Amino acid sequence: MTIKSNIPKGPLDKKWSNHKFNMKLVNPANRRKYKIIVVGTGLAGASVAATLGELGYNVHSFCYHESPRRAHSIAAQGGINAPKNYSNDGDSVYRLFYDTIKGGDYRAREANVYRLAEVSGSIIDQCVAQGVPFARDYAGYLDNRSFGGAQVARTFYARGQTGQQLLLGAYAALNRQIDAGSVKFYERREMLDLVMVEGKARGIIARNLINGKIESYAADAVVLATGGYANVFFLSTNAKASNATAVWRAHKRGALFANPCFTQIHPTCIPVSGEHQSKLTLMSESLRNDGRVWVPKQKGDSRQANQIPENERDYYLERLYPSFGNLVPRDVASRRAKEMCDNGYGVGSSKMAVYLDFADAIKRLGKDAIFEKYGNLLDMYKQITGEDPYQVPMRIYPAVHYTMGGLWVDYNLMSSISGLFILGEANFSDHGANRLGASALMQGLADGYFIAPYTISNYLASNKFSPVKEEQKEFTDAENSVTSTINKLLSIDGNKTVDEFHREFGKVMWDYVGMGRTKQGLQKALKLLPEIRSKFWKEVKITGNAHDINTELEKAQRVADFMELGELIAIDALHREESCGGHFREEFQTEEGEAKRNDKKFSYVAAWEFSGKPGSPKLNKEKLDFEEVHPSQRSYK
Amino acid sequence: MNLTLKVWRQKDKNDEGRFIEYSAKNISPDMSFLEMLDIVNIDLVKKGETPIVFDHDCREGICGSCGMMINGRAHGPGRGIATCQLHMRSFADDDEIVIEPWRAKSFPVLKDLMVDRTSFERIMRSGGYTSAKTGGIPDGNSILVPKPVADEAFDAAACIGCGACVAACPNSSAMLFVSAKVSQLALLPQGQAERETRVQRMVAQMDEEKFGSCSNTYACEAECPKGISVVHIARLNREYITAQL
Repeated sequence: MTIKSNIPKGPLDKKWSNHKFNMKLVNPANRRKYKIIVVGTGLAGASVAATLGELGYNVHSFCYHESPRRAHSIAAQGGINAPKNYSNDGDSVYRLFYDTIKGGDYRAREANVYRLAEVSGSIIDQCVAQGVPFARDYAGYLDNRSFGGAQVARTFYARGQTGQQLLLGAYAALNRQIDAGSVKFYERREMLDLVMVEGKARGIIARNLINGKIESYAADAVVLATGGYANVFFLSTNAKASNATAVWRAHKRGALFANPCFTQIHPTCIPVSGEHQSKLTLMSESLRNDGRVWVPKQKGDSRQANQIPENERDYYLERLYPSFGNLVPRDVASRRAKEMCDNGYGVGSSKMAVYLDFADAIKRLGKDAIFEKYGNLLDMYKQITGEDPYQVPMRIYPAVHYTMGGLWVDYNLMSSISGLFILGEANFSDHGANRLGASALMQGLADGYFIAPYTISNYLASNKFSPVKEEQKEFTDAENSVTSTINKLLSIDGNKTVDEFHREFGKVMWDYVGMGRTKQGLQKALKLLPEIRSKFWKEVKITGNAHDINTELEKAQRVADFMELGELIAIDALHREESCGGHFREEFQTEEGEAKRNDKKFSYVAAWEFSGKPGSPKLNKEKLDFEEVHPSQRSYK
Repeated sequence: MNLTLKVWRQKDKNDEGRFIEYSAKNISPDMSFLEMLDIVNIDLVKKGETPIVFDHDCREGICGSCGMMINGRAHGPGRGIATCQLHMRSFADDDEIVIEPWRAKSFPVLKDLMVDRTSFERIMRSGGYTSAKTGGIPDGNSILVPKPVADEAFDAAACIGCGACVAACPNSSAMLFVSAKVSQLALLPQGQAERETRVQRMVAQMDEEKFGSCSNTYACEAECPKGISVVHIARLNREYITAQL
């Protein structure tokens, strides 16, 4: 397969404006005739559905929850970046672009990242107009804070609930279009297949989660904004239902999957407390603005944190990275925490945690100021652990949080399938091998409000569409295949639950395809993962039937797909013989233990093609050209 | 810990429903309430029975999916938390725990503990927004919102739409939910243009959905996982009356 990124010609800062002018438009009177399916209602899905509705397209929005507001974007805490330079500290579009390219360890496309930085300012304006209650100062101006990987304060926030407020803004915009009749909303529907007609994406198959009916929906274009795949690890900070089924089934229909091994481990999560753990909870990176990370200088020190005197504490991030200190990027902070614990400096009963301490900040700013900034996060911590972070330091440990990889898209956010657009975390486009904090919200909304509405219009205006009906063969065939998979799962009647399989699979993923990867470990994973998958298809037990609400059946389908995707992640990680960003191969590191890239061999996007059966994908490469930023060893010292 | 659960089981909308007793064994006090139910469900599936169905997703108290009456209280004992944030250390060994779905006419039970809250959706669609279209928007700092106003708007906007307010209310009133949105947008300059039509339409839809009236018991505020104040209900009333004049 030849892959074309379709990056417009011209200077970096003119590419998007030139492209916008060159793209074709659909006359306002004709837009109603085009039907667009949008799957997912998080930041990217809700914002694109609302915007396409405003433009006058016939939009159909699908969501597996009862309400768009339940999408996992709601849980993002810290903030959203924009180079407004309101803080007057030297920020600019170029600096945000530069920080993001560098933060991504030079594995993202320059043109995409520049465009992201360019439109991000408008996102703030848009959200303000919607009534998003961003933090303000007493004069009424917008307030900013700083985040990892940046030396300017460019992060806009709404206490520790920024994702919630931005999603509620997009949800409100979507509601307005539903009310106006330009968007039709389908709740509790899960997409289970993509339907292609004459080589173009022309519809989806969805299961009605209330009555189990398998339904067909035809359209002229399909947008997937279905989030990331961190739950392949079972334990992650993603919501329980977050899954990769929509993108994986599109992959099996021909969409390339790019850089699956670029997974992000977030440094500040609440440590695992026991075998029963069902998910992990993130503590926003913003806490590293005022919290100091440390471990005891003495190995295996079992004293309480408050009994360890100042000179016996190792503030290792401040020691190793004097200029960025506690605000180094996520991949660096996570790796160092793991290293400290692996070397015996871990704290807490499991010894798999480091301290995040607010004592100095409370002394300097007062308890009220800390409450004002982080109150809800510290309360959440107390609720889960039973410890008061105002009195004792928090215990934190890294956890899987975000996936930079995703379906491959060109500059227009279109996948390798014509008419299939991928937005937000579901695509691979902007974060390279590591995403900086407060950039996920930015990307989701940039894609949805300001990029895809233009590029989808261009696609519709540039193509001819033969009439397609839900009764035709392509749809009935896909429906039959979905139904037969469901029947097969229900008929196994084995002895192990879906969760038990998922947990077992996730543990192998975490142990061998997690934070530190080696050739040997990955090879072992590639042996174990298919074994677990084949056991799953023989021994899983799902009760109930396919004709009403069956949460076990829903989970089983998602886990079945994770078990194929997990193997692809391991294959990608094994093939990429370098360390970059979130992908750390222990064989490839500098003397100081930093990720060592191999630009000569691996400066490309690995876009994997489904070959017909899991475990034997075909590799396509999209070479990355750096015209503006010269890739160098990332340094945060 | 070992516990006895009395759980409401109901096949679908039309089924009458009944309590069924289960025992939850070897439960760690560090588990969350939903993790305890996960364990019970694994046992049920292994026995060939259908698991207890409940809505849940983020499990960190922000998506608003989960919600059940636990020993007669919305989201169970403890203040300012959703069901997913409730931990088993709030219970004692050998406790009996009664678990029911939200009880309200406007929230019909779909199955077991899962209810249909689309009535909330229809209320939000009837005006819970500013009509700001994408694009053509002035700079964020051209609209000034002093901190105390932004903070109060945020307090209202923090609603997670879980429905605990309705479930806790003896009248099944949705006033706290509706007032949170009306109040947020009434406080902010961005919400002024549609201030009157918004409150009228949202209240009309709320009545159409057959939610009850507010009789100031304040059970909603007591059980709200985000601690949303009934002051917003007062503001809703004022907004509504002003809009009628």
